[in-house]
Amino acid sequence: MGLTLQTCATVAEARSALKTAGSRYMGGGTLVVRAANEGDLTFSTVVRAVDPALSGVEVRDGRARIGASVTMSAILAHPELQVLAPAARAVGGPAVRNMATVGGNLFAHAPYGDFAAALLALDAVVSTEEGELPLDAFFERRDRLEGTAIVTSVAFTLPSPESFRFLKVSRVHPKGAAVLTIAADLREEAGVIASARIALGAMAAHPVRARAAEAALAGRPRTREGVADALAVALEGTDPPTDAIASAWYRREVLPVHLGRLLLS
Amino acid sequence: MAKIAVQFTLNGSERAEFVESGSTLLSVLRDKMGDTSPKAGCRQGSCGACSVIVDGELTLACLTLAETSNGKDVRTAAGLSSGDVLHPLQRAFEEEFAAQCGFCTPGMIMAATVLLERNPNPSREDVIEAISGNICRCTGYEPIIRAVLAAARSNSVAA
Repeated sequence: MGLTLQTCATVAEARSALKTAGSRYMGGGTLVVRAANEGDLTFSTVVRAVDPALSGVEVRDGRARIGASVTMSAILAHPELQVLAPAARAVGGPAVRNMATVGGNLFAHAPYGDFAAALLALDAVVSTEEGELPLDAFFERRDRLEGTAIVTSVAFTLPSPESFRFLKVSRVHPKGAAVLTIAADLREEAGVIASARIALGAMAAHPVRARAAEAALAGRPRTREGVADALAVALEGTDPPTDAIASAWYRREVLPVHLGRLLLS
Repeated sequence: MAKIAVQFTLNGSERAEFVESGSTLLSVLRDKMGDTSPKAGCRQGSCGACSVIVDGELTLACLTLAETSNGKDVRTAAGLSSGDVLHPLQRAFEEEFAAQCGFCTPGMIMAATVLLERNPNPSREDVIEAISGNICRCTGYEPIIRAVLAAARSNSVAA
């Protein structure tokens, strides 16, 4: 198939290798090798970095920093990241999880990118060689960053197991690509929702925050009546794709139903 | 295109080949090394038919560039039996009618091998999770689940 693999010891080395026309950075290979198998001719060189710093996990003072090359399996096996286990387990079967990386998931296009939706709900910050970027800003610039910047890690404040909620809706069980994915971090105080961050996967080309719904939840009790206004505006800012899994119409129809279930569960 | 050297252990034997740069592990196993037990299904990571075990981890050979397997231990379904004596998982698949067309079988058996190596007494849910990345269009999965559970029972009786 005519691909050249260039293995670099450091991120800096990989970054300069990416300056060559027709090169593309590879994490675990579940996106890039798949594209090559499908006949994508936009790249002829695949660059990867085997820098051990990319595979580190650091948890300190309630904040986690996960290296871009950390796999979904490694997250499932990490005792301090168990709150994220439902999101890591949502990615593929065991073989895909052994290969798929945190950094790669940020570049997955809908209907993939379930873990990235969880990171967006946690307000994660993405580190590249050039500096840090909030995840929502990263998604806005993702297509331009692909091929030039290398994600080195993501960092976020670990949520409590009570506040973090994650739901992936698929038609094939137990595994299937997402009709949609919802991740939410809800903080409740004195019987009402003090703050909410909600991220939606497969409701646009990349995960998006449901900011109108978040605002409509503030100060409301977590009851059917309390969340009704949020469900009414849940679709604001979404632009769901039509693909083999579901039509855009279907995704719009079922999002408020699933969001309601997730909020009230 | 430049040829590159790949060298790894395949089912216990040292193997080395010169292959086209960018070849997948699947194409090297099937076309260069003559091990056709991993199947080329979707080549997208969706079907699991190409599943092999690399350094103890279930791996999709279709999404693995062969040169990244250099120096590693690669196991395929072809390496499970000892001569004419089938591996307990192979025997259980036969006895439970878990293979119909057989295309998914080597991948299923690799996924089940990793499961039983880590968890000799899996629950039904553990089996379902372990084979969740492997698609079967014939059996409806139930005979496969029964076979993996039966192999686990026969292993525990043998031990």
